[in-house]
Amino acid sequence: MEAYLDNSATTRVFPQVAELMTKIMCEDYGNPSSLHMKGVQAENYLRHAKETLAKILKVTEKEIFFTSGGTESDNMALIGCAFANGRRGRHIITTQIEHPAVLKTCAYLETMGFRVTYLPVNAWGQISLDDLKKAMTPETILVSVMYINNEIGSIQPIELAGAMIKQINPHTLFHVDAVQGFGKARIYPKRMGVDLMSASGHKIHGPKGIGFLYIGEKVKIQPIIYGGGQQMNLRSGTDNVPGAAGMAKAAELLYEHYESDMKNLYYYKKYFLDHVRRIEGIRINGLLPEKPDGEGTAPHIVSVSVPGVRSEVLLHALEDRGIYVSAGSACAARKPQPSATLKAIGVDRMLLESTIRFSFSVYTTKEELDYTLREMYDKIPMLRRYTRH
Amino acid sequence: MFTAFLIKYAEIAIKGKNRHLFEDALIHQIKFALKKCEGKFLITKTQGRIYVEAQSEFDYEDTIEQLQHVFGIVGICPMIYVEDEGFEKLCETVVKYVGDVYPDRHKTFKVHCRRARKNYPRESMEVNADLGEVLLNAFPELTVDVHEPEILLNVEIREKIYIYSEIIPGPGGMPVGTGGKAMLLLSGGIDSPAAGYMIAKRGVKIDAVYFHAPPYTSERAKQKVIDLARLISRYTGPIYLHVINFTDIQLYIHEKCPHEELTIIMRRYMMRIAEHIAEETECLGLITGESIGQVASQTMSSLIATNEVCRLPVYRPLIGFDKEEIVAVAKKIGTFETSIQPYEDCCTIFVAKHPVTKPNVNIIRRHEKNLEEKIEEMVKTALETEELIIVQ
Repeated sequence: MEAYLDNSATTRVFPQVAELMTKIMCEDYGNPSSLHMKGVQAENYLRHAKETLAKILKVTEKEIFFTSGGTESDNMALIGCAFANGRRGRHIITTQIEHPAVLKTCAYLETMGFRVTYLPVNAWGQISLDDLKKAMTPETILVSVMYINNEIGSIQPIELAGAMIKQINPHTLFHVDAVQGFGKARIYPKRMGVDLMSASGHKIHGPKGIGFLYIGEKVKIQPIIYGGGQQMNLRSGTDNVPGAAGMAKAAELLYEHYESDMKNLYYYKKYFLDHVRRIEGIRINGLLPEKPDGEGTAPHIVSVSVPGVRSEVLLHALEDRGIYVSAGSACAARKPQPSATLKAIGVDRMLLESTIRFSFSVYTTKEELDYTLREMYDKIPMLRRYTRH
Repeated sequence: MFTAFLIKYAEIAIKGKNRHLFEDALIHQIKFALKKCEGKFLITKTQGRIYVEAQSEFDYEDTIEQLQHVFGIVGICPMIYVEDEGFEKLCETVVKYVGDVYPDRHKTFKVHCRRARKNYPRESMEVNADLGEVLLNAFPELTVDVHEPEILLNVEIREKIYIYSEIIPGPGGMPVGTGGKAMLLLSGGIDSPAAGYMIAKRGVKIDAVYFHAPPYTSERAKQKVIDLARLISRYTGPIYLHVINFTDIQLYIHEKCPHEELTIIMRRYMMRIAEHIAEETECLGLITGESIGQVASQTMSSLIATNEVCRLPVYRPLIGFDKEEIVAVAKKIGTFETSIQPYEDCCTIFVAKHPVTKPNVNIIRRHEKNLEEKIEEMVKTALETEELIIVQ
């Protein structure tokens, strides 16, 4: 049996998405910038993709910009806004648990003369609005906070943060990295005071190499990629038509069954949590206090620390049984450094290297979870017998 | 502009009656290496020299690089060759050669002619003098120095006439296969690939064994070892990589023996298994990357303990090397970057904080008795379930 429980790393593409993309690549392969019929046809796919995404977010299609993925969206939002608004102020606020696409970009901006405040989080991985309020200065041009944390699944109070930021300074821009959140939550940027929002195709059963950035109409931003002037001069480069259409199709399919899918995912999460708790000594990261069922956290992410077993070893032991999970977050997993997020929520040093992440999707079945739990019950006591002294 | 290469080899020229065996092996290795290059080549052997002549368009840099991986080659001389169309034509060719190869001609030179075809109308001394004069006339900035010329222009008169002046160093050593075959214990670290290279350089064909310990070591660690074997195979030709699943044996030792002795006992079993495969595949020795005192299991006392389980000789070419020297070899042969990827190998996963550095062989033997019940069966299973990967 195979159980793919690494859906926060990437997801299986919906067959309808693959089908649509094949058609576009093999038949309707025109360049939207071309003047002829083939180009117009391709442009229609692009327009339709923007409309679909805009409708889901309740924004206008002019505010959707396609990128090469979540990382580029984050880079474009942060660098583009910082440079375009740098004369108004040089202060940026973000959190300690952002994805490296945000953290490393902030580090770059620091070298360009910007000052960055990194908000701490509490033991369950949420920032405090009080901290955010205190960090705000008249100099603050941009706040960037992720929607769902990729490692522990904590959800940030985006709506409250948005309202507060706008109340303190309506000119301060608010960027939300929703790479893990899009598809797992109903996100309406305009109602939430969000000016920019990043998302990625392959996390929502779409293709890799495509993402988008929502940029509110009034946001002052400058491009970070220059060239042929596509996408209103903001993001040059031949439009990735199959990617954009595929991502939009995936989003459409996902939000079609949103209510029932979410109910299922939360049910599975609760089920998994209930059973994984029976393993002796296990710690679950990122749950809200007094919400052992996973309420108020991401429906698809479970982070557990298994004392006495190194995460890499457990990962490979499960892999051997066809179960695919992640040690920390997949993007950071190839670097042998302890995760910043786990450190920020105060995970014990001993447990940092013993933490693995399960992440579910609409394809996840109860059989997969049962199988995984059985294998864990079976393997962990054995693995605990043999450890480094 | 170059169309051929003269292959220089030193050591094999002195091998007496066996010389042709060494030369044939070298030609075989050159042919094998050049298969990877674009272009067709004719390889010929005459009077103690090997010529590689391009028969089609070819990639010069790539060809040189491949030849630099053939053990036995001391030097590679890029040449041009022409038909004999009279001395005047030869003068033109030589002038053009010097003009093309040396844009800056403020140099000293000497012409060195070898007249292998004795019916050529001029003697070699005459050719030297005449060509020298022609060159001096063509390029007044050149000067003659017969003792230590910067440009030694070789003109060899055979059926065709060959002209060369540059020597690109080869790797030296002896052609792979002339020295038999040995089994390399390949771990994924920096040392073992360097050790394999050094023994292969003495003409030894290499097979390798890798001990895999899933789930404690990952697929990527195995892939890294395959990648390393591939890098070594650029010098040695195809490598048979035997992958042994070592997990059960390792856990059993962990369970039954004192923790400080885990590494030593583990290594003893690795040697036993390696030797077993070596004997079955007609290897004449084992190769390890050990260097005295580098880690606890490589002290002289530890080496006694790991050495005594084998009958075959264990070759340890790095034994007197410092880490920096080993790193230099690894960098030279291009394995360093791959070796330092951070995947755990089976030697590090259960390592004790204070492993024994002066193991007593008698005590080790006694503790190995704890394993009697199952170990033979486990070794047998490990051997039976080996995965063979042919790396090239």
